[in-house]
This record gives sequence, C-alpha cells and structure tokens, in this order.
Amino acid sequence: MKPSTDPIVAGTPRSRPAGPVRWLGQFLLYGLFAVFIGVFTQWPPYHPLGADQALIKVSVARLGQPVGECRRLSDEELAKLPPNMRDPIRCPRERSPLSMEVHVNGARMLKRVAEPGGLSKDGAAAIYERLVVPAGKQQISVRFNDDVRPGARIYEYDADVTLAPGQVLVIDFDAEKGGIVLL
Amino acid sequence: MSVINTRGLRQRGLKGWRTVERYFDMAFGSALNPLRHLGTIGFLALWLLAASGVLLYVLYGTSVDGAWLSVEGLAHLPMGLGRLLRGLHRYAADLLMLGVSLHVLREWLHGHEQGARRFHWLTGVPLLVFCSMSAIGGFWLAWDRLGQYSALSTAEWLDALPLLASPLARNFLSHASFNDRMFSLFIFVHVGLPLLLLFGLWFHIQRLAHVAMLPPRRLAFGVILALALLALARPVLSHAPAALDQVPAQLRLDWLLLWLHPLTDATSPGFTLALAGAAVLVLLALPFLPRTPRPAVAVVDPKNCSGCTWCSDDCPYAAITMAPHPDHPGHLLAQVDADLCTSCGICAGACPSSTPFRAGQRLVTGIDMPQLPIDALRRRLHAGLATSKEERPIVMFSCRHGASDAHLRGAGPRGADLHVIELLCAGQLPPSFIEYAMRHGAAGVLVAACREGGCEFRLGERWMAQRLMRQRMPQLRIHASAVPLQLAFAGPGEEPLLDQALHGLRERIPAMSPHMSMNANEAIH
Repeated sequence: MKPSTDPIVAGTPRSRPAGPVRWLGQFLLYGLFAVFIGVFTQWPPYHPLGADQALIKVSVARLGQPVGECRRLSDEELAKLPPNMRDPIRCPRERSPLSMEVHVNGARMLKRVAEPGGLSKDGAAAIYERLVVPAGKQQISVRFNDDVRPGARIYEYDADVTLAPGQVLVIDFDAEKGGIVLL
Repeated sequence: MSVINTRGLRQRGLKGWRTVERYFDMAFGSALNPLRHLGTIGFLALWLLAASGVLLYVLYGTSVDGAWLSVEGLAHLPMGLGRLLRGLHRYAADLLMLGVSLHVLREWLHGHEQGARRFHWLTGVPLLVFCSMSAIGGFWLAWDRLGQYSALSTAEWLDALPLLASPLARNFLSHASFNDRMFSLFIFVHVGLPLLLLFGLWFHIQRLAHVAMLPPRRLAFGVILALALLALARPVLSHAPAALDQVPAQLRLDWLLLWLHPLTDATSPGFTLALAGAAVLVLLALPFLPRTPRPAVAVVDPKNCSGCTWCSDDCPYAAITMAPHPDHPGHLLAQVDADLCTSCGICAGACPSSTPFRAGQRLVTGIDMPQLPIDALRRRLHAGLATSKEERPIVMFSCRHGASDAHLRGAGPRGADLHVIELLCAGQLPPSFIEYAMRHGAAGVLVAACREGGCEFRLGERWMAQRLMRQRMPQLRIHASAVPLQLAFAGPGEEPLLDQALHGLRERIPAMSPHMSMNANEAIH
C-alpha cells in the first residue's frame, strides 16, 4: 500500500464549494472590495468651505514686550551680587501677553489674549484663528497690543477688502513693516 | 460601559463576524478566506507600498515647484505605467488601513487582547497610529490642493496640543513662508514613520512561531490583481497645484485615510484630538479589563520528556524552548515560558510520550495540560468504549472552540452510539489516540476541528491534519484509508457540518472492517 499523503477525508462539502459557484463568489467579493475602495477614496466630494465663503486667518506669533521697565541697579545692590552678575541694568523677565481684536463689518469676530509661553512666561505667544466670512466686500478692523505697560502703543488697522469665494486673507504682525499686515 | 455590556457587545459582534466569514468561506474556501488572513494581507499591502514607493520616490521632485509636476507627470508615462504605479500605491495604503482595522476588530471580537496575547495587542496599537500618520503624510507629497488641505488641516490639528511656541500652521500662511525644506519634513513623516512601523512589526510578531509574512499565493495574487485593475480603471489623479491663498473649493477626498480632517472641520481640533487620544487609550486599556481567570499553562515532566523538540517546533506562540537536561547530559528538556503559553495543548498532542498504548495506571506524558491531561483523555476514551452497548460505537474528538457538539451528545437517535471527548484544541489530539480507539472497539473516529485557518490558537487544526496525513510528527501510524476516520472542519455555528460529517462516517462504517492491524499501512480483512 502506498504511503498516504492524501487528505484522509475531503473537507466538508460547504468548505469547498463547487468551481463555478466559487469563482463567481470570488469575482463578486473582489469586485465589491474594489468598488468599495474605488468609491470611498474619491467620493463623495468634500467642500472645505461654502461656495460663497472666504477665510480670514489671524496669525501672530511673537515675543511680547517686557511687563515692566528696565531699571538701573544702585551701587549697593550691585555690591551684593557676585562679580560675574553685576549687570547694572535689570529688566523683568516676564513678557506681556498678546491681545488681539478683529471686527468684520462692525461685528466683533475675534477677541483673544495669548499668554506667553514658558514657566517664567518669558517665551513667545501665538494667536492662530480661522474666521469664515461671506465672500465679497468686507470692512476689517484690527486692534493689537503686545505691551501691558501703561501708555503702550495699541496697533490699529482698518481696511476695506473684497474677498473672492475661497480666498484666504491672512492678518499677521510684522514690526519691520510697521505692525499689522494683510497678506 | 460595564464589563457585562462589553461582553454582550463582543458576543453579538462575534456572531455577526462569523456569519460574514461563512459567506466568504463559500466563495474562497476556508483556507483562503481573506477574513482569516487580515494580518498577512496587511503585510502584503505594506510590501506593495514599499515596492511602489521606492519607484515613486525615484521619480519624485523634492521641491515646492517640482513636487506637483513630478507627481502629475506620472499620469503621462507610457502604457499607463505611472497611473498603475500611483494607483497601486494609494490603493495599497487603503487596503492596509482597511485590513489592519479589520484585523484589530477580529482579534478583539475573539478576545485575543488578553492573556498571553496581550503583548501582541499592545505592540499592535502603535502600529495603527503609525499606519494612519504615514498614510496621511503621503498626500502632502503630491502638493496639490488635496495635499495642501491635508497638510494644513494636520498642522492646525496638532496646534491644538500646547507643544510648540509657534503654530505649525504658520508654515502654510503664504507661498513666501513655505519653502522646499518643508518637503524634508513631509518625507520624514511618509518614509520615516513606515520604518518605525517595520520596527514595531518586528516586535508585534516576535512572540509568534511559524509567522507568515504573506497571505497564501492565490489570495495574494487575487488581491494584487484587484488593486491593479482598480488603479487602471479608476486612476488616482492630482488636483490643481497647491495655492496657499485659496481654500480648495472641492476635493476628491480619500475618506478611508483622511476622514479625520472633515471630522475636525465639523467639530474642532480639540474634540478630534481628544477622540483619537481616547481611542488609543481605550485600545491600550482593553487587555487590562477584568476577564475570566487565565487557564493553567503547559507543564513539563522531565522524566517523560525525551527532548525530541516536537512540542517546541509545533508551539504557535514560541512558548517552548529546549534547554540542556539537568539530569541527562547530552539530552534536551522542554521548558515552558508561562507568559507566552496560551494553554492550547498543541504541545501535548505533539509529544511522542502522549501515546495511550503506554503501560501504567496513570499516563504521564512529557508535556501536558493540567486542566485536561492526556491521562484524563485516555480514561474518558476507555470508559466511554467500555460502557458502550452499541454495536458500532463512534468516538468523536472535538475541539471546544469549533462547532458545538452539544446536540450530538447523550442518548437519542442522533447520539446513542457517539462518545464525545472534548479537547482544548484539535492540535491536542495525539494521533495514536485514533489507533487506540479502534483497538478498543470504536467502529469509527470523527475528529472535529475549527475551520482551516480559523484555529483559535493559529495552527492547531493545521498541525492535527498534517499529523493525520503523515506529513508531520507524530504521525498516524496506520494508513488513513484503512481507518473509518472522518475529519470535519467546522466553526461555531456550523453544527450542520458536524451532522453531515457524522452521517458520512456512519455510512462508511458498514463497508469497512472493524478489525485492523497495528502494523502501519496494512489492514486485515
């Protein structure tokens, strides 16, 4: 008798369906899989913004001004310090928060105060907001402050802009360009 | 959600899953059922991504101006090769996410997140995160409107975490602020993370033995063919080039990979971050939820272990290693790592000392399961056959994870002649028990296992069948065709298959001689 490597008993009938049924079933399931992938990788279309809307991005990241004035140390105060730390000018380490308000067509769309980063509040602060507005003519008014000291400057910017549908308008702060800028 | 509710949900889900699996069995056969090869299908998708990704990278221009042009240029390569390449790459990513998600669901439904398999679950969760992140990063490289939307949306999403002093999204304010260096970051996300994924996969499968890195050849061929045809029939095309001063009006979004972005748009970055974080935490916590006590693990008896290594070879979870025997220099002794043992008993079925023909009141084998020792199996078999009043009794060795045999037990027209002996796994059955049953009066033997490829312990049904087909040690000594032996592969809910197998066996028995020789390959008529 030959050594047996054949299955002892063929698997139960339902586990081995007949040829045509099997091929048809596989064809259908592979097809369903392909249709599922093919459809849901491209459909339904997605509209990140309404057809008649535009976007204003308010984005500022900067180091605020020190919270107080620098002062000159007296000779007695300097004498108490180690020789390598005798800097005659002492400035506060903490920075001012950034404060921003944005009005569109007279309505306030944003009012944010961003605290400076770091355990000693000596890091930069950042504001990033998306404001969805209707496309078309907009009157934009921005107030920005990065200094809590009395009498500090408040940056203001007013502009009339016309936004196309889907347009992105960026409100940023660039000290070199005089303050608030629109990009 | 209470533990009881979770259990009920799992049981209902498992019932539904098995129903779907049965439909797939009808088309593919159980051994090629893709729902039982989800892990290896994930591997296949990863290899496809790696191969097509290398070619795409060769053709890719790593710059703001070059990225879109180089990807768009793929659509114009001759013979549709570029479309095939890009489509295969994208759709393989979809397959990877789909396969891995279903793999997670299947393992949870089967309760595989606990016990010795906790390690695989915990090492698998980060892989899901790596897959998602690297897939999303791939869209940025095309640097079209979709890539722009995805990159910006991801940046805004991550900015909800208080990690960076300056928001990541500021990199995408305008063309002036966006430069070629961003593509180094994009490539790190899309290429670097998959390397981490591969490293994580090594951990994921480290505690498994006999790991398949690809699905069966026919299944792999079918999947690749389906993806290739899809790539040609529905090519992946670029949107218009990215324009940071515009919000894209309409996107052909890949909802399988980019669903997080619209959800974030509809809610908030904080909400989806919390959701994603909670999902990961829940997945990581699942293995630690209360569960039924862990069953006893395999125990080695040094006096009866011959050091043959068969148990070590067959253990699906690499829980058995061979060490020098302390009492017999030059010999080996099996050692069980209790943390890795899943208590399947496959090792006991592999042990040559598990033969019931051994003398002795109590049968002690080399490696055994305390909750169902080989000695207890022999006693039950012996007692069942000794007390049988039937002319042609049938012995059924039944895996407790397969189709239920409850309706076949006991007296009655269907089961009066049947003696059911339950096993921890079909792989626990030493083949010599079949010979022993025949020698002690059984007219036929039915071995009921889980579906092919559907073993609760990965390989039990395969090893058992190979042993009985004399392809694996320990072999069935008698010739298969000489034995009234029926093998049935039936999962839970497939009890009619057991009935069918039993009926077939009963029909065959009168035609076969009840006497047989114990010399291999011979039958006495």
